[in-house]
Amino acid sequence: MTYSEKIRSVIDDSDVVLFMKGTPAFVMCGNSDRALQALRRAGAPVTAVDVLADPAIRQELSAISGWPTIPQVFVRGELVGGADIVEELEASGDLESTLREKLGDDYAARRDEKTVAV
Amino acid sequence: MSTEPLRTLLQTAFPDATELDVVDRTGGGDHFQVVVTAPSLDGLSLVEQHRRVYQALAEPLGDGTIHELRIKTKGAA
Repeated sequence: MTYSEKIRSVIDDSDVVLFMKGTPAFVMCGNSDRALQALRRAGAPVTAVDVLADPAIRQELSAISGWPTIPQVFVRGELVGGADIVEELEASGDLESTLREKLGDDYAARRDEKTVAV
Repeated sequence: MSTEPLRTLLQTAFPDATELDVVDRTGGGDHFQVVVTAPSLDGLSLVEQHRRVYQALAEPLGDGTIHELRIKTKGAA
């Protein structure tokens, strides 16, 4: 599979995807950390992809999403936003509402963090 | 880069802005925070609102002048 196909399949097949610099265990960028912390506060099950593994990942991702910066958060295939939006939605409670609506009321019981390669 | 060219780009993209602010977060001329409140953003999702800002600043984002950008947008207050 090409990067583009792999990125699409992770976006489509995961509840919550965080494209970030580094991994949840070793975050390499302050903005990626802001998004990760907001998702953690909301109790989200997070599937992380490290875009630093290859510069081509970031290029392909931005071509798919039309979003120029990292991090990028997707819930059930839909772009929710970058660090600023995810923080803002978490602070207002809208992130939890979106997660409940899209993943079901018990989503936090499935909270998890894993890193996948693309 | 100083904040002025960015402010000009945003003013061109959001002529109706009621609030428009650009802050150099670190003093280094490459980490910026922008605040835009404009009636033309009303009714758009946050993703779409931020997309408009990215479009307005596509050039300095694309050529690496802006290393990091924080965005805060609102429709009509």
